[in-house]
Amino acid sequence: MTRLVPFPLLAAALFVMWVLLTGFSPGHVLLGAVVALLVSRVMLMLGPEPVRIRFGSAIVKLAALVVADIVRSNIAVARIVLFRPAEQRSGFIEFPTELRSPYALAVLAIIITATPGTLWVQHDARRHVVLIHVLDLVDDEAWIALISDRYERLLLEIFV
Amino acid sequence: MIQAPDLPLWAAIAVGFFVLLGASITLVGALGLLRMGNFYERIHPPTLGTTLGTACILIASMICFSTLHARPMVHEILIAIFVTLTTPITLMLLARAALYRDRIEGSENVPDDRIATAAVDDDGSPT
Repeated sequence: MTRLVPFPLLAAALFVMWVLLTGFSPGHVLLGAVVALLVSRVMLMLGPEPVRIRFGSAIVKLAALVVADIVRSNIAVARIVLFRPAEQRSGFIEFPTELRSPYALAVLAIIITATPGTLWVQHDARRHVVLIHVLDLVDDEAWIALISDRYERLLLEIFV
Repeated sequence: MIQAPDLPLWAAIAVGFFVLLGASITLVGALGLLRMGNFYERIHPPTLGTTLGTACILIASMICFSTLHARPMVHEILIAIFVTLTTPITLMLLARAALYRDRIEGSENVPDDRIATAAVDDDGSPT
């Protein structure tokens, strides 16, 4: 199975994308399957580190959390933009991370950057520290605890 | 837009609501780009447009075309996925460029580059 379809997740994603873009018809389902199987083999040449994901409730929980947080922080940033509260100040925090898998780190980077108000700036692979810029910085420790409790713990569960 | 009169009333209201909401959110984000104090603060507000702003307009698009074609049209989800995946790359690139410039200029408001310092400490030469 792994020899025939070396990257099942990538092949599935390509197939779904093909069907969504072309509309659901038997011809395109067949063509999409062929394209997904052939094109996903291109990744063999790059030889990426294998992704090991544990499918389960953690993924659903993380997705729900991220959507809720994006909506919440959209409102928070809109409030800052429109009313410019006097006590608002921004700054950098250093977040010591336990994540080692490059895929988990990439997902965390996307989550942090996609959430308005926080921006992933730099990852120090030597000290395992991430530099994050926060728009509304009240308490460094509170932000570090928040990211660690809400996202990092779930990511550690998902990427084994 | 020529097809718009074919929309039933409920769909027209829903589509109008989501398009206006998405456009307003994006406008607030653009306004933030003008109003914020320094470069790092300015990077934050435009994310409003790439997250909730895009989402609202895509929801409107899904309602509009699903109603017109009388079957679910969900390929807008792909736009959401690709926008979410690619925005961080631009933002990180901009932030890193600004940080590099500030560090070279010796600005006091940015943290030191501990990576470069650590590399010099460990093997005597910068990486």
